[in-house]
Amino acid sequence: MKLKTFKIGGVHPPENKISANMAIQVLGLPKQVSIPLSQHLGAPSVPLVKQGDIVKTGTLIARKADAFISANIHSSVSGKVLRIDDVMDATGYRNKAIIIQVEEDVWEESIDRSPELKKDIDCSPEEIVKKIEDMGIVGLGGAAFPTHIKYMVSGDRKAPDTLIINGVECEPYLTSDYRLMLEKTDEIMVGITIMMKAAKTPKAVIGIEANKPDAIVKMQEKAKDYPGIEVIGLKVQYPQGAEKQLIKALVNREVPSGRLPLDVGVIVNNVGTAFAVYEAVQKNKPLIDRVVTFTGKKLKKTGNFLARIGVPSTMLLEATGETMPETTAKIISGGPMMGKAVSTLEIPITKGTSGLVILDEAEAKRIPTSNCIRCAKCASVCPMGLEPYLLQKLAYREYFDRCETEAITDCIECGSCSYTCPSSLPLLDYIRFGKSNVLRIQRERRPK
Amino acid sequence: MTNRLTISLSPHEKGDVQIEKIMWGVVIALIPAFLASVYYYGFQALRVIVVTLVFCIGLEYLIQKYVLKLKKITALDGSAAITGLLLAFNVPSSIPTWMLFAGSVFAIGIAKMTFGGLGKNPFNPALVGRAFMLASFPVQMTSWPVPMKNIWSLGADAVTSATPLGLLKEGVKAGETVQQLAHKMPSYLDMFLGNIGGCIGEVSALAILIGGIYMLYKKIITWHIPIFYLLSLGIFTGIFWLVNPAKFADPLFHILAGGAMLGAWFMATDMVTSPMSIKGQIIFAVMGGILCGAIRLLGTYPEGCSYSILIMNAFVPLIDKYAKPKRFGTEVNYGG
Amino acid sequence: MSAVILYSVITLGVVAAGSAIILFVIASKFRVDEDPRIDEVAALLPGANCGGCGYPGCRGLAEALVKAADNGDISALMCPPGGMTTMAGISEFLGLKAGDMLPMIAVVRCGGSKEKAPTKFEYDGPSKCAISHSLFLGESGCPYGCIGMGDCVSVCKFNAIYIDQETGLPVVKDNCVACGACVKACPRRIIELRPVGQVENGNTNGKRVWVNCINKEKGAVAMKNCKAACIGCGKCAKACPSSAITLKDNLAYIDPMKCTVCGECIQVCPTGAIKATFKPEPKPKQEPASEPAA
Repeated sequence: MKLKTFKIGGVHPPENKISANMAIQVLGLPKQVSIPLSQHLGAPSVPLVKQGDIVKTGTLIARKADAFISANIHSSVSGKVLRIDDVMDATGYRNKAIIIQVEEDVWEESIDRSPELKKDIDCSPEEIVKKIEDMGIVGLGGAAFPTHIKYMVSGDRKAPDTLIINGVECEPYLTSDYRLMLEKTDEIMVGITIMMKAAKTPKAVIGIEANKPDAIVKMQEKAKDYPGIEVIGLKVQYPQGAEKQLIKALVNREVPSGRLPLDVGVIVNNVGTAFAVYEAVQKNKPLIDRVVTFTGKKLKKTGNFLARIGVPSTMLLEATGETMPETTAKIISGGPMMGKAVSTLEIPITKGTSGLVILDEAEAKRIPTSNCIRCAKCASVCPMGLEPYLLQKLAYREYFDRCETEAITDCIECGSCSYTCPSSLPLLDYIRFGKSNVLRIQRERRPK
Repeated sequence: MTNRLTISLSPHEKGDVQIEKIMWGVVIALIPAFLASVYYYGFQALRVIVVTLVFCIGLEYLIQKYVLKLKKITALDGSAAITGLLLAFNVPSSIPTWMLFAGSVFAIGIAKMTFGGLGKNPFNPALVGRAFMLASFPVQMTSWPVPMKNIWSLGADAVTSATPLGLLKEGVKAGETVQQLAHKMPSYLDMFLGNIGGCIGEVSALAILIGGIYMLYKKIITWHIPIFYLLSLGIFTGIFWLVNPAKFADPLFHILAGGAMLGAWFMATDMVTSPMSIKGQIIFAVMGGILCGAIRLLGTYPEGCSYSILIMNAFVPLIDKYAKPKRFGTEVNYGG
Repeated sequence: MSAVILYSVITLGVVAAGSAIILFVIASKFRVDEDPRIDEVAALLPGANCGGCGYPGCRGLAEALVKAADNGDISALMCPPGGMTTMAGISEFLGLKAGDMLPMIAVVRCGGSKEKAPTKFEYDGPSKCAISHSLFLGESGCPYGCIGMGDCVSVCKFNAIYIDQETGLPVVKDNCVACGACVKACPRRIIELRPVGQVENGNTNGKRVWVNCINKEKGAVAMKNCKAACIGCGKCAKACPSSAITLKDNLAYIDPMKCTVCGECIQVCPTGAIKATFKPEPKPKQEPASEPAA
C-alpha cells in the first residue's frame, strides 16, 4: 500500500533514533528546580507565590496572564520557594523563573496518583476544556501552544469534524512520543476520546510515521476498543509532523495561508498532549512532568526520561551515568531540525522540551558557504511551496515589502531548505530575519 | 567537555549534497560522451578535450587567484571542468589549439567570471564560448572530419564531410527533396551511435542518453527540461514534416541530429542558467525546443540548438518572476 | 549626389521636428507644477538622503520645508546631518527663522570589549547582529551587550562608524551627523544620540559624559559576563553635584541636559562604566572613600 504523505517538498534526513529501545525511566528529583514563567507560546504567566512560600507538588504557582494566549503553571515539586529570578532557558536568554528548593515529595491531595486506567469520562465538554486550561496543558510537540485555546470554537467558525493526533515524530533523534505510544497506549486512547468529546468530533485520526511499525501495530490494536479512532501509517518524510503538512497527509485538506487548522475543520494535537489531557481530566494531575529524550551519537548511553518540569537538564546526563563527551560542541533543546542550540546544560526542562541532543564538533559546525548555484533544490523541498533562495536574497537586502508579497510569513521554519542547500547558505537564518520583520511591520500596520 | 559550545540557528542537520558532488556528478555523466568522441575521432578528440579542460580550469584558477584575489579558490569544484568538457564537445576535432584557448578565455573569463563566477552567470559559459568561436572562426568551426574509429590515428588532415543537418540544409537549398537526399544521409542507427560527422561530443545520442539517465538517477537534474525540450523540438519539426515531407525532415532526424541531444541533456539543464520552478523549466524547455526547430527549419544556420538555449537563458529572470512554484494552501477542498 | 544630401537633410529634419513636437506636447501635457524653491532648498541640503530628518530623502525634507515656509514657520523641521550651518542657509533663503538645534552625535553605550567581556560561546551563522540577537544573548553572555557584527556600520551612509578590531566594539568618528540610522539598526538599542557637548557661546566644546552600559541585570549577574558593566551601585548618582544621574533597573543614566561635565562620576565608578570624551581633572581635595553605597 502506498503510504500517505504531504504533496509538496520534504526531505529525508538520517533518522538516528538511537534511543528508540530505551524504556521511559522516571527521573529523580534534584535539590532545586527553576520553573520558567514563560514555557508556552504567548504571554508569560503571573507568579502567585513569593519567597518563602511552601508549595506542594501540583500547587498552582503562576496563573495564566490576562492575554488570550497564556497558560497556568504548577509546581512540579514540593518545597520552599527560594526566589523568583532570571534563569537561562532554551530561548537563549535569561528569563524569569520560580526557583523552588525541593523538600520531600508531597503531592496535592486532589491528584489521583493511582496507576489504574480510568476509562469512564464524567466531565462535560465544557468541563474538559476548563480542566485542560486549569491544569496548564500545552502542546507537547515542541511549540507549547496552550491546548485549551484550540478547543474554544467561537462565533462563526465551523465546528471541527476531525481530531488529528500527531504521533509522527519526524524530527531525527527524538523518541519520546514513540516510547509514550508504546508504553501508555491505553492512556493516550482515553486522552484522545476525551479530546474528541471536548471538540465534539466523531472521529480522530492518529498519524504515525512508518519508521515506527511496532507503535503503529500497537496503537491500531488498541484503537479497536475505542470508537472513532483510526491509526494511519505515514511515509517517512520530513516535515511530516508539521501541522499543515500532517492535515494534508491525513485528511487531504490544505490550510490556507494565514489561517488555522480549525478553518478546515480539524484540531491537531500531539500524542504527548493526549496523555497529558488524560492525566489532567481523569487523574486531576496538572502538567508537571513530560517525557524527554536524551540522546547523541557520541553518548554511550541514551534514554527517555519522565522528567519533572524545571529540573536542570544535567539531571538527564547524571541519570545515564555518563559524563559529557570531550568532543561535545553543541547541545540542542528539541530535535536537530527545528530545535534551539543552548549555551549550557543547566537549562531547566520545560513543557516544550521534547529532547536534548548532544552533537560533536563534526556535526555542530556549519560548512563554509559558497555562491547560490540556482539549483532550485530549496524550492523543490519547501513543504510550503515557497522560494527560499528568493526570500533569502530579499531578506538579506531588507526588501521586506517584497518578502511579504512572496509569502514569507507562510514559512514554517522547518529548515528543509538550509538542510538541502548544496552551497550551505544560511537560507532559514535570513528567512527568519525577514519573517520577523514582516510580522513586526504587519503588527504596526494593524489599527490599534 | 573542553571546547566552547557552538550556538547557531536550526536546522542543525545538513544534507550531504554539496556543490562539488553535483558538479563532479555532471562530469561523470559526461564520460560516456567523452569515450564516444575518442572512439570516433581518435587522438584529435582527446587533444581537444584535454587542452580545453586544462585551459578552463587553469583560467578559472588564475582569474580567482590573481584577478579577483579570492581567498577561497573554487576552480576545482567541477564547474570549470563541465564548462571545459562541454566547450570541447561543441567543436569539431580538427580545431586548432589556439582557437580553443580563445574560446576558453571567452567562456570562463567573459561569460563566467565577469559576472561573479559560478552561480552568477546569466548565460551558459560553454555555449557563449561556442557562439564566440563560431562567429570568429566560422570555417574551422564548420569543417567536420569524418569519424575514423582509430584511436591511434593522429588524423591531422582527415577527410571532412558535412553534418547531416548541413547536408540537409544545403541540399534543400539546392532544390533537392529530402527523399533524394536520403542516400547521402547516414542511417538513424549511425546517428544514434554517433558514426557521423559533427562536433566531437554531440554525435553519439546513445552516450549522451547514458549520461542523462545517470544524472536523473543521481537526482542532479529532473526530467522536465530534456524531455520537454526534445518533445517540443519533435512536435515543431513534426508539424512541418507533415505539411511538406519533401522539404522538411522527420522529427526523429531532428532529435538525433546536431546538438539537440547534448543541448537538451547537458546545456539546457545547467542549473545556473535555467529557471527555478518546474513550471518555469517546462516553459523554458518548450520555448527552447521551438526556437531550435525554428532556427533549423527557417533560419540560415543548419544548427540552432546552442542559440536556442542562449536565447532562452536571457529569458530566465523573466520566467522566474512569473512561473512560481505551487504554494501550499492554494488547494482548499473543505466544506464542499 | 547633392540630391542624396538634400533628401537626407530633409528627412532627418522632418523626423527631428516631428519628435520635437511630440516631446513638447507630452512635456506640456504631463507637466507637474512644482515650486521652484523646492529645487533650491534641496540644493542647500547635504544630499545624502540619510532619512535622519524623518522624510524620504533630502527632497522630501525640501518639500516639507517649502510647505512649512508657506505656513510661516519652519522651526519644527531640521536637517540633523547638516546641522546649524545648513539650516542657517535655508533660513536665509526662505526668510524664516530655523529651529534651534543642539548638535548631536551617536554614542555607543557598551564597554564589553573582547577583554572585558570575553567570549564564552561560539556563534555560527550569518554575520548580522539582528540574526544573532534573535538567537541568544550573545557570545559574551551579556544580553544587553554589543554583538559586534556591525549592523550599525553597514547602515551608516557617512562612513562615520567602524568596528575597532581590537575591542570588537563600534567606534563613532567625529564626522557623525546624528542621522540616527545606526540607532535604528542596532537590535539592542545600544546607540543613543546625545549632544556633542556643552554649548559655550554658541559653539560646543565637545565634552560629553555617558554611562557606557545599558545592562539592566543585577550587578552580580552583569559583572559575571562583563567587567565593564554598570552594576547599579549608585555611587555616581551620589557624587553628581547637579543631580543629572538617575538610577533605574540597576542602571545609571546621565541626563545630558543636566550634566555639567564635571567628571565627578567618572572617578567614583567602580567598574569604569562611565566614559567621557575628555580626561577628568583629578579632584583637588583627595577625600578618602565615602561611606559604602546602599
